[in-house]
Amino acid sequence: MSGTPARPSPRALARQRRRLALSGFWRRYRRHRAGLLGLAGLVLFVLLALAAPLLVAPGDLSVTRAPHDAYQPPAPAHPLGTDNFGRSLLDLVVWGSRVSLTVGFLATLVSVGLGTLVGITAGHYRGVAGAVLMRVTDWFLVLPTLVLAVALATVLSRSTLTIVIAIGITAWPTTARLVRAQTLAVEARPYIERSRALGGGHTHIMLRHVLPNVLPLVLAQTTLLVASSIIAESTLAFLGLGDPGTVSWGGTLQDARRAGAVSSGVWWYLLPPGAAIALVALSFTLCGRAVEGALDPRSREGR
Amino acid sequence: MNHLETRGLTVAYRAGGREVPAVRGVDLAIPPGGTLGLAGESGCGKSTVALAVLRLLPATARVGGSVLLAGEDVLTMAWGRLRAVRWAGASIVFQGAMHSLNAVRRVGDQIAEPVLLHESAETPASAARRAADLLERVGLPPRTAAAYPHELSGGQRQRVMIAMALACGPRLVIADEPTTALDVMVQAQILRLLKDLVARNGIAMMMISHDLSVLADACDRLAVMYAGRIVEEGPARQVFADARHPYAAALGAAFPVVGDPASRYAPRGLAGDPPDPAGSGTGCSFRPRCAVAEDRCAYVDPALWRAGPDRSAACVRVLPSEEVL
Amino acid sequence: MTTRTGSAVDGPAATAPAVLAARGVSVRFAARGGGGVVRAVDDVDLRVGPGEIVALVGESGCGKSTLARTLLGLERPSGGSVLFKGEPLGYRARELKAYRRRVQLVPQDPGGSLDPRHSVYEAVAEGLRVHHGTLPDEAVRVERALSRAGLRPPERFFLRYPHELSGGQRQRVVIAGALVLEPEAVVADEPVASLDASVRGEILALLLRLRAELGLSALVVTHDLGLAWNIADRVAVMYLGRVVEAGPVEEVLTAPRHPYTRALLSVLPDASAATPTILTGEPPDPARVPPGCRFHPRCPVLASGAAAEAGVAHRCGAEDPGPLPEAPGHGAACHYAAVTAERPEAGNR
Repeated sequence: MSGTPARPSPRALARQRRRLALSGFWRRYRRHRAGLLGLAGLVLFVLLALAAPLLVAPGDLSVTRAPHDAYQPPAPAHPLGTDNFGRSLLDLVVWGSRVSLTVGFLATLVSVGLGTLVGITAGHYRGVAGAVLMRVTDWFLVLPTLVLAVALATVLSRSTLTIVIAIGITAWPTTARLVRAQTLAVEARPYIERSRALGGGHTHIMLRHVLPNVLPLVLAQTTLLVASSIIAESTLAFLGLGDPGTVSWGGTLQDARRAGAVSSGVWWYLLPPGAAIALVALSFTLCGRAVEGALDPRSREGR
Repeated sequence: MNHLETRGLTVAYRAGGREVPAVRGVDLAIPPGGTLGLAGESGCGKSTVALAVLRLLPATARVGGSVLLAGEDVLTMAWGRLRAVRWAGASIVFQGAMHSLNAVRRVGDQIAEPVLLHESAETPASAARRAADLLERVGLPPRTAAAYPHELSGGQRQRVMIAMALACGPRLVIADEPTTALDVMVQAQILRLLKDLVARNGIAMMMISHDLSVLADACDRLAVMYAGRIVEEGPARQVFADARHPYAAALGAAFPVVGDPASRYAPRGLAGDPPDPAGSGTGCSFRPRCAVAEDRCAYVDPALWRAGPDRSAACVRVLPSEEVL
Repeated sequence: MTTRTGSAVDGPAATAPAVLAARGVSVRFAARGGGGVVRAVDDVDLRVGPGEIVALVGESGCGKSTLARTLLGLERPSGGSVLFKGEPLGYRARELKAYRRRVQLVPQDPGGSLDPRHSVYEAVAEGLRVHHGTLPDEAVRVERALSRAGLRPPERFFLRYPHELSGGQRQRVVIAGALVLEPEAVVADEPVASLDASVRGEILALLLRLRAELGLSALVVTHDLGLAWNIADRVAVMYLGRVVEAGPVEEVLTAPRHPYTRALLSVLPDASAATPTILTGEPPDPARVPPGCRFHPRCPVLASGAAAEAGVAHRCGAEDPGPLPEAPGHGAACHYAAVTAERPEAGNR
């Protein structure tokens, strides 16, 4: 059994296999036209957020030294009009995408991480530990999300991090429930018993078998959660619980409301941030659906 | 007239823009009261034949040839007529009785359903009486009608499936792996029940299985399929005990006779993989796995040739040497 | 009340200490829906000698799979003990892990027993990684196990995924995954039940070859008497949680003593028996084990009056024949067989 020199190492094999799996995933994803649209929207917003410092001069967002007159309708100099201080709404929307996307991603990371951890643990240890974990989850699940987030945002200091924590902590129970259900389904499969008979311990089974098998679900859940996290961030900012020092879409809406834009018919003050929230949420949702579809083993049949 | 007759039946599935043949020209005939066993490994097309008989194939399947049920061609039949034929003319007992029964309905109602659908003269009350009768005929107490599928054992569920198949008095019953998931004792009970029902009512039966020994026991004729074609056909006992086609022989030897010294410590199987349905080489499709293949097998694609009184086999070895091409 | 004969057949396998043994093993569960105890396995003795293949035969629900799981340490017995090479099995995590390197499971359904997201290489290497971490010669060992299991050339299978393999190939991967740890015994639970007829013989031949090449001991759980005839040295027939008949395959399957074994043999599709004895009804509920001999409500010998003729009918309903003690030779737990054993022509049909 003197290995032939041409034989690639198992690590290289695994890499090669992963590349194949990835390209297969992309091939299946491409079949979802709405998913491609969502992905395009997403890429656009992310690029926008990254490029914001290049597109918007720092002084342009200053309240006191605003570059334009207040309440101007859309014009070539400020394509989306100006706000009550004379700032360009386009600049506000571009800059606001940074906070909105950051909060959306971070909050989702927190909630999906927490939810997956709790879900797998509760599904794997089915005794008292699992039951207690699920009761805690249920308790969080019935808590009104907004009320908890408002409470947290008032108790903690008013910063972007607080918003991330508030959203992350209220959004995890649905993920936990979902992951636990999937964990139970995976644990009932014969390969778990085979792994136990091979000597695999709890950690081995959870990390090597359960996690990879719940991951597709988690991934799809992630993209959907980003959308709702962005909306939650906007809601909190709109309610005046955001970081007052930063520009965000929800914050801009809140400013518009306070400036009386609703009653005075300054529609261009309200529409751009609202549309941005809706578009980003839609993009993520479309991507989420497509990811779900591409990872569904049933859609792989037609190889 | 035969209850069932297929002539040159072909089925091809569309997959990825090309047609993959599943059944490649099958001729079968079952007279009233006759029982035919259809054997072969998974993917050989035996279940496709069963589904084609009742036109239950998915829309992606292209069916050719003809399927005659009591002389009527099922493939060209109008939709309304087909619905009537599906229960009253021919019915099917699927494998896996758990999945074929509705888990949230009482079994009595499920048996009565086709009766109510197909016979307008029936009232719910009379249909329920008939369901109870049917349950008795398959050896279950009439009170079983009130049970839900999960309350029954595997054997009892399979009996319920048989009662459903008999509900409209069909002339042909197709049993697709009726005993595969069952224990030997329950399998024996179900096989005896099927044999009795066929004999008593003059029903024709087609039984599908990969277990040649079961078919040889339950049927009077046996057809062995390989790669979408029948490769051997004849009286069941003879085909099982003394197959002419090497594939049928291998399938028969896979289930040993307990007490036969020849099979002690000598399990016999068949090396190699089942044929790729899409691949179409020349010559005999069994050649790559055949232990007794000869040179001529590479170019002769054997048809079903006479292989003794009332038997046929698709193997060049059954031909007297002077007839060889 | 059991009979034992045939000490002449005791080979070296029967006298050497058993690789795997059950001594008075019982497994009880609380019955579902409250109240009552399910006696899934009820006082069973069983041994698998070195290099021996033992078939454990019975209908579904007789407790054979539970017994197999108990022998693997996946289930903890409520009574009795599991012995590996004469040592009782410990149930601390470390002891179990060490045990599971030496005794391997070959599960029933090769489709479900492979993780769909693991490649063949990962599936086979899993045991190695669990017990030894990443070994420098891992690939060589995986290669060797795959080719022992009949998947050649092995490298061609490394990157395949279970759904790309046929049923027979999957079962070979599962077997390779067991072999890679170089176990001393395997417990195979219905290893060919979900496979095609043509593949069945191939897998059974593989088990025989592994025994010949590696001296592997095996317990094969099955409902298929033909399988026992094909590969096993000894067979134990289980009914309702008990072993009711055990002995060398040739003796038990050609000259069965217990009426249950006889009935099982008589209903084989190609049985030469003129009239099959088809037992009515389903195997009874292990939550309600009948008093006396547990087979007596379905026993054809008792029903036909033959037991009364032999003068044991009163004992069948009242007196438990007791568990079959583990001993070499052919034995049956049956009052009728015990009486007729002195007149073998009556006992052997």
